[in-house]
Amino acid sequence: MSIGGLFSRIGRSEAASGLAMISPPAIYAILLLAAPLVTILLYSFLTDGYLEIIRQFTLCNYFGPCGTYKMVEGELVQQAQFKGAWSDPLFLTVMLRSLYVSLGVTIATVFLSFPVAYFVSFHVEPSKKSLWLFLITIPFWTSYLIRVFLWKVILGYNGVINSALLGLGIIDEPLQVINYNVGAVIVTLAHAYAPFAILPIFVALEKIDRSLLEAGQDLGESSFTTFLRVTLPLAMPGVVAAVLIVFIPTIGDFVTPQLVGGPEGRLVANLIQLQYLKLDNYPLGSAMAVSAMAVVTAVSLCFLFLNRRFLRGPQS
Amino acid sequence: MKGGTGFRIYAMVYLVFLYAPIVLLPMFAFNNGIIIAFPLQGFTTQWFAALLDDPPLHDAVRNSLIIAVSVSILSTTLGVFAARASTRFNFPFKGPLMGLIMLPLVLPEIIVAVSLLVVLLGLGVSLNILTVILGHVLVCTPFCIAILTSAFQSLDRSLEEAAYDLGETPLSTFRLIILPLVMPGIVSALLISFTISLDEFIIAFFLAGTQATLPVYIFSQFRFPQAVPVIMALGTILVCLSILLLSIAEFFRRRGLARSGAKDTGGFL
Repeated sequence: MSIGGLFSRIGRSEAASGLAMISPPAIYAILLLAAPLVTILLYSFLTDGYLEIIRQFTLCNYFGPCGTYKMVEGELVQQAQFKGAWSDPLFLTVMLRSLYVSLGVTIATVFLSFPVAYFVSFHVEPSKKSLWLFLITIPFWTSYLIRVFLWKVILGYNGVINSALLGLGIIDEPLQVINYNVGAVIVTLAHAYAPFAILPIFVALEKIDRSLLEAGQDLGESSFTTFLRVTLPLAMPGVVAAVLIVFIPTIGDFVTPQLVGGPEGRLVANLIQLQYLKLDNYPLGSAMAVSAMAVVTAVSLCFLFLNRRFLRGPQS
Repeated sequence: MKGGTGFRIYAMVYLVFLYAPIVLLPMFAFNNGIIIAFPLQGFTTQWFAALLDDPPLHDAVRNSLIIAVSVSILSTTLGVFAARASTRFNFPFKGPLMGLIMLPLVLPEIIVAVSLLVVLLGLGVSLNILTVILGHVLVCTPFCIAILTSAFQSLDRSLEEAAYDLGETPLSTFRLIILPLVMPGIVSALLISFTISLDEFIIAFFLAGTQATLPVYIFSQFRFPQAVPVIMALGTILVCLSILLLSIAEFFRRRGLARSGAKDTGGFL
């Protein structure tokens, strides 16, 4: 038997065992994740019917005037009219606002988190690192809804900050700039996603070979320029992971805007939820969900491209 | 490590920011007043007592516990398969398949929720506890895989080979050698997925139908100002429970790493 044949046989059996081993979670994910995602993509091109979906291809859920139809004696009769997602000024405003909020949250989270990750990686004794990480992750796992609600309590008109400042006599009447607006949504989401940003940056920083930093300083760089020219570029993969892992999921949060956003703080996820649960228009809801995901993916790809072009991660 | 005083102060302030809501929670849970604001009105345990007399809440707790236990067992089992496959074997489509399984980690939960909703309703499945379990397993499995992968990665391959040489079958090797070594990781994954499922709101909100879970019940109570102090009391209990479970999970995770002699890189992710 030739060596090549032997290798291919081992390869095949390993591939077979690997595929057999991965099949339960893979089949689960294909049936309950991939197939449903394809389904909403399909739904977004179908016609909305009264309590049913009419299998008729259309683009009107995305562009132009669109309608809900009902089958009456074999003919489709229009029951209600609505605008396709991208022709609806409300959707466009809300989508833009969502993008603004998600970008704001991402920038705030990554900038505020980086020094913490840096501190834990570079200034904490190795034996205490996991304790620090544990402390940072705990709030993330605990009662999401109640945390969001408490931010409403903290930032609200009669909230903790206002009542404390009033009590101390610093202000005469409650501040209104901090409650029920887009800013409050950003603060709350930045709080919720903090560990998601810290962990990938920390992991990237941990991988940096410390002798590179010494080399930088031996060659006459100050500690600040060493940070800029050695540490930061090497930490970029972690920063990129942090940006994506914060930016993409925040677009789907509808609880935070609903609780702390006030009337002007509604985001695209609120519209999607409305279409699915209240208005029962699945094709339009699907078109909005697909559009939101497309926008988020496009922005993420732009970011990845710019990052590769200008910020230059490690060339490993 | 030298220096870092400024960083230390910053990190402390950051921790205060992270923990601010959690610290406020018990203050209002024991506060003798309906309105959630300062100054506090005095000490009471009446909100905790009110929890005992609330049948819809008890139903929600029961539903959530059934869901969380099922989800933790299912997603940890799936996680063991995926972690074992990805650390031990090379196979075709490994990247795309693992990518798909890990996708819910970055996918907005509302997308997972609505796509499952559409499919389940399209198939004529009625929404209940079971549908929530299906959705939660999807989002919990990636976290289990992340924990279990580090447990499987630190396994010494030669132990396994020694077992084969001594005549064990792959199955008995797995049971006698691998399972005991990754057991702490499994316990940790069970506890983490239990905690995530217990706390998950968005998927449950879409897929629970009439069988409310605990977060769905809590969300419905936010509309009633007079119900809020009771929710604060409930939240206090939940946060304490979560911290307890997470601490046990962390204990097992570290023990697993110590047992296999790996370096602790910290964190669950």
